[in-house]
Amino acid sequence: MEQSQPNVGLFIPCYVDQFYPQVGKATLEILEKLNCKVSYPLDQTCCGQPLANSGYERETKESCQQFLNSFLKFDYIVAPTGSCVHHIKERYSKILNAPELQPSLNSKIFELTEFLHDILKVELQGTFRHKIGYHASCHALRGLRLSKSSEVNTAPFDKVKSLFEKVEGLEWSQLQRSDECCGFGGTFSVKEEAISLSMGKDRLADHHEAGTEILTATDMSCLMHLKGLADKKQSTLPIMHLAEIINQIIS
Amino acid sequence: MSHSKASTDFLRNTEHAKWHDETLWMIREKRDLASQKVPEWENLRTLASSIKEHVLSNLDQLLLEFEANATKNGIQVHWAKDAQEHNQIVLDILKKQSCAQVVKSKSILTEECHLNPFLEKNGIEVIDTDLGERIVQFLHQPPSHIVLPAIHLKKRDISELFHQKLQTEKGNEDPYYLTQAARTHLREKFLKAKVAITGVNFGIAETGEFVVCTNEGNADMGVHLADVHIACMGIEKLIPRRNDLGVFLRLLARSATGQAITNYTSHFRGPEKGKQIHLILVDNGRTEQLGREKFRNSLKCIRCGACMNTCPIYRRSGGFSYQSTVPGPIGSILSPGLDLKKYSSLPFASTLCGSCTDVCPVKINIHEQLYEWRQEITKANPNHAEILSMKLASGIFKSPLAYRISGILMRKLIKNLPDSLIYNPWNVWGKGRKLPETPQESFRNWYLNHRNNEQ
Repeated sequence: MEQSQPNVGLFIPCYVDQFYPQVGKATLEILEKLNCKVSYPLDQTCCGQPLANSGYERETKESCQQFLNSFLKFDYIVAPTGSCVHHIKERYSKILNAPELQPSLNSKIFELTEFLHDILKVELQGTFRHKIGYHASCHALRGLRLSKSSEVNTAPFDKVKSLFEKVEGLEWSQLQRSDECCGFGGTFSVKEEAISLSMGKDRLADHHEAGTEILTATDMSCLMHLKGLADKKQSTLPIMHLAEIINQIIS
Repeated sequence: MSHSKASTDFLRNTEHAKWHDETLWMIREKRDLASQKVPEWENLRTLASSIKEHVLSNLDQLLLEFEANATKNGIQVHWAKDAQEHNQIVLDILKKQSCAQVVKSKSILTEECHLNPFLEKNGIEVIDTDLGERIVQFLHQPPSHIVLPAIHLKKRDISELFHQKLQTEKGNEDPYYLTQAARTHLREKFLKAKVAITGVNFGIAETGEFVVCTNEGNADMGVHLADVHIACMGIEKLIPRRNDLGVFLRLLARSATGQAITNYTSHFRGPEKGKQIHLILVDNGRTEQLGREKFRNSLKCIRCGACMNTCPIYRRSGGFSYQSTVPGPIGSILSPGLDLKKYSSLPFASTLCGSCTDVCPVKINIHEQLYEWRQEITKANPNHAEILSMKLASGIFKSPLAYRISGILMRKLIKNLPDSLIYNPWNVWGKGRKLPETPQESFRNWYLNHRNNEQ
């Protein structure tokens, strides 16, 4: 078995590193429990997406190179985020004007649940007795195509939810708008503050009506925005990153 | 005014904003249902996108073919390089007909060219005959949506407006009653008009005919009663063959309103005996857009408006917040090509959620083009404070040491500063949202203490 143990580089987005270390820990523990050899390269920084989405992609060439220097040596690069993974996978080869990078990015880098689904082919077994509100983060949904978006008329699939099919007691909230954006959008959240807040409130109301007990997502950034809004209104809405839920189930 | 300022104003009326969001979402849902009834929907989108790709790559030849065939059919073809030339051609035709009053059905191109104010300045009365357009014309407003021009107004507003303009009963909000009043009012205008202006949805190169899609029949009514028909067409509205038309007709109305097809799909091939058809082919920046590799396929747009109905920002900010003829996601990638400075805030009025791209019937990668316009805008309109902060961030992200130090400082600051300092008016995040609680240590520190054996 030793030989088939995948050598995984763990990428923890900058804001998760700083604000949500428990999500990083959960991700690491999941991968270790699933028999991966996991390393966290200590010289990693930020993927550069906040700058690039603000129109300063050209200022990120060195941080892209920094990332690749830290990570390309691994069999796989796994991160608890759809958004940063999408940015790296879709844009790095263009930013660095290096199309030859694309095949290795395609085969190496994965959002956590995508890695569990596509590469480790995990079927979670266990119990989690809660009604979960799943917020489909846009870059995971329409960027990485982790599930079918509501606009597109192809056969339905959902890589995230299918991981949980055998988990006992877990119920998904049925939302009025299954995949509307939460309104975070990086610097959008401050540049277009009014709309950002309005979108977030509407998502929270949808989850409230659907009876969500715990709100989850692939991306802590959406959850940070939604939790920040809920806290301001003094409403108690427990949030857990998918990694935290999965880690509880398989422990 | 920036989009952000305009949207803040729009959202102040929370009840109206909620209604606007829900109304447009309902249209998005109708589109979903209608498109799901077509099993080959995704193939149609791919096909439509490829046909338009072909058109854009062969636009010069196809336009000449179209002109030759249209001329053969007896249509008088004019070329306008910009809005000014377009407007002048229309005015010249009207003068030749000694026409002081013209009826016009919906045409976003004539809005783009600001034809109405130009003609009015030259003493010609323009009557918009599309109901929604007539309503906004009464209010001296531009359309707020390309398919639903008066979607920002409620029944109550229209009842009040018609009471003033058409002397309907005060307070009568019955849609049937109000529509009848508009019909009677417009009927009189139709009967008098010698010239009718329409837009064009599709020009067919192979046959030299053009197609106009409407729901109210106002384009046909205007054209058939008038002696002269002026059709205004953007050069990108071309398709190669009549056979291709079905692909687009099946997509257009379903994407726009959830109808299987528009109530009227009228083909104009040549003038009746004793009448004239003038077709004006307008460039107005399209050739330039075609030359921009990253943005050229924005010209595939068939103006269905689906990207507006699905856009969470458009629904919550209204069409006027974009201050461009075409609002919403597609407007935000078309308008910067016309005036980069004026429309510089539009590509930032998006979370890049990608819903517009997924809903687009001709598969324009709208959200990716929004991202690309952001890159262009920061180069063309440098904001020195922003550049400085971006350079600072870039310096931090490329250096692992600088990144670690700034992270430690940030967490210490947020943890130890009093709330009154953190939630100050300059902290836009903190006005409506709490900041996350700061943990004792970063993940990196925890990892060093618990896992790392390498150092």
